[in-house]
Amino acid sequence: MMRRVPWPLIVLVAAFCVPALGSRYYTFVANDIAIWALFATSLNLLVGYTGLVSFGHAAYFGIGAYTAGILMKKLGLPFLLALPAAAALAAVAALVFGFFCVRLTRIYFAMLTLAFAQIVWAICFKWNEMTGGEQGMPEIPYPDFVWFESIGQVVPFVGGWRTAEYFYFVSLAVVAACLWCMRRIVASPFGRMLTTIRENPERAAFIGVDVRRYELAAFVLAGAFAGVAGGLFGIFNRGVFPDFAYWNKSAEVLIMTLLGGIHTFFGPAVGAAVLIWLNQQIVSYTQYWPLILGTLLIVLLFAFPGGIGGAAEALFVRLARRLRRA
Amino acid sequence: MLEVRDLAKRFDGFQAVGGVSFDVPRGAISAIIGPNGAGKTTLFNLITGHLRADSGRVVLNGRDVTGIAPHRLCRLGVGRSFQRQNIFPRLTVLENVQAAYVSHRGRGWSMLGRVDGLYRDETARLLEAVGLRDKAGEVAGLLSHGGQKQLELGIALALEPEILLLDEPTAGMSAAETRESIALIGRLARERRLTLLFTEHDMQVVFSIAQRITVLHQGRVIADGAPEAVRRDPEVRRVYLGERS
Repeated sequence: MMRRVPWPLIVLVAAFCVPALGSRYYTFVANDIAIWALFATSLNLLVGYTGLVSFGHAAYFGIGAYTAGILMKKLGLPFLLALPAAAALAAVAALVFGFFCVRLTRIYFAMLTLAFAQIVWAICFKWNEMTGGEQGMPEIPYPDFVWFESIGQVVPFVGGWRTAEYFYFVSLAVVAACLWCMRRIVASPFGRMLTTIRENPERAAFIGVDVRRYELAAFVLAGAFAGVAGGLFGIFNRGVFPDFAYWNKSAEVLIMTLLGGIHTFFGPAVGAAVLIWLNQQIVSYTQYWPLILGTLLIVLLFAFPGGIGGAAEALFVRLARRLRRA
Repeated sequence: MLEVRDLAKRFDGFQAVGGVSFDVPRGAISAIIGPNGAGKTTLFNLITGHLRADSGRVVLNGRDVTGIAPHRLCRLGVGRSFQRQNIFPRLTVLENVQAAYVSHRGRGWSMLGRVDGLYRDETARLLEAVGLRDKAGEVAGLLSHGGQKQLELGIALALEPEILLLDEPTAGMSAAETRESIALIGRLARERRLTLLFTEHDMQVVFSIAQRITVLHQGRVIADGAPEAVRRDPEVRRVYLGERS
């Protein structure tokens, strides 16, 4: 019974209602969460579904952000072209880097993904003419929402919002569409092949799975979705900066993914929401956020190795068993 | 059907397999036996491309398959099981076998559509055949050791192999489990007209089922032929059965 509740749809509808609360701050936080949820879920295609721990996922986030930013700001291209371009370029980069990464395993794989991410960061940091170098690229324009307003003339509730709120609606729709795609992918035959690789790559090869090619495909997909997240984030953040591709962004998204739980599809998204919300709450009380984060992680690793998602699932199973017995 | 010619492998100066040759005729049940450390598993890994041979050739149906990648060999009709780590532990029993079907029937790259409904009938029939029908929904890693071995056989059979290589299919089993599982393997091999090659340390098991036996000792073949001939071979009696002549 409880499983029939369409939770993702409920959350999505609730998220669309956030601007109606009338607080710019809530909309801002919700937008931040939505984008990071996409980023973390894309990483989980690798970590949770394929068993590849990438420590350089920010590279594709950064490439997506710079691609969309440069196209929109310097070339004046519309958002509808810039965002797919961000995904495409991130995917190409993931294809090239991934080609080398999937030839290594475990910690060596993680280190190589980190190395490539640092290269991306260095290029963003130094290529002044293109990326604005150290200063980054401020004032990425918002997409044009005139068409939104014109629809709003006819349909109720659509018109009359602030630009940031329009952007929130658009990014929510994009994130929802991407999550839906990823959910389809992990439930597909291809997704099942990825899980066999996670479970036992040696055995997977001997049911006929070309392990490296599947890993590369997962890497490219994860990169493309991270590129979309990056493209959205640059606009949301009103600027693109080299630290988008820096290793602490890679660590942050990995922490969200682990916190939420890598063995459930929505775990990483929940992890993103919890971490961002906690961060927002705690920084208003104390400047020791890293201390709190560290403590949180230790508790997590020892008490809930499956993350929030894993703990929720275990709780659900226990409740269901008790209900059946009663 | 399978010819192994002068296969050799050396690890840091230790000759694990030193020039091994034998044939596996189509439809036969063949065994490789030998004491611990005789090189049985290494030989298997050389045949299936998990290790690269220093020299020698492996020929399958007239085609040289030496050192070919495991996933390719698998598509050429070779199924294999491993001594350890042979299943997908966090997937259910059903999903394990289903995954093998999905991969083998070339649906692995399909990102559209759901995997859940695929090959359900075939999977159910195969689980029935290996005696795991009741356990279809269980998490594979929680099965008993014997159950995991049965599942492993199921995964290998889902690949519809012509030849099946089993590395110590009864390792770690009790005497009763061993008898049951050997009976099962023999029956499945006959029903499906499989060519079977397995390694085993238990002599009774081997003599009860194998039609041809290759005896390995310190990386070399010391006897090869029908069970009776091998049993009488003085060299085999000396090194393997521990008898002094």
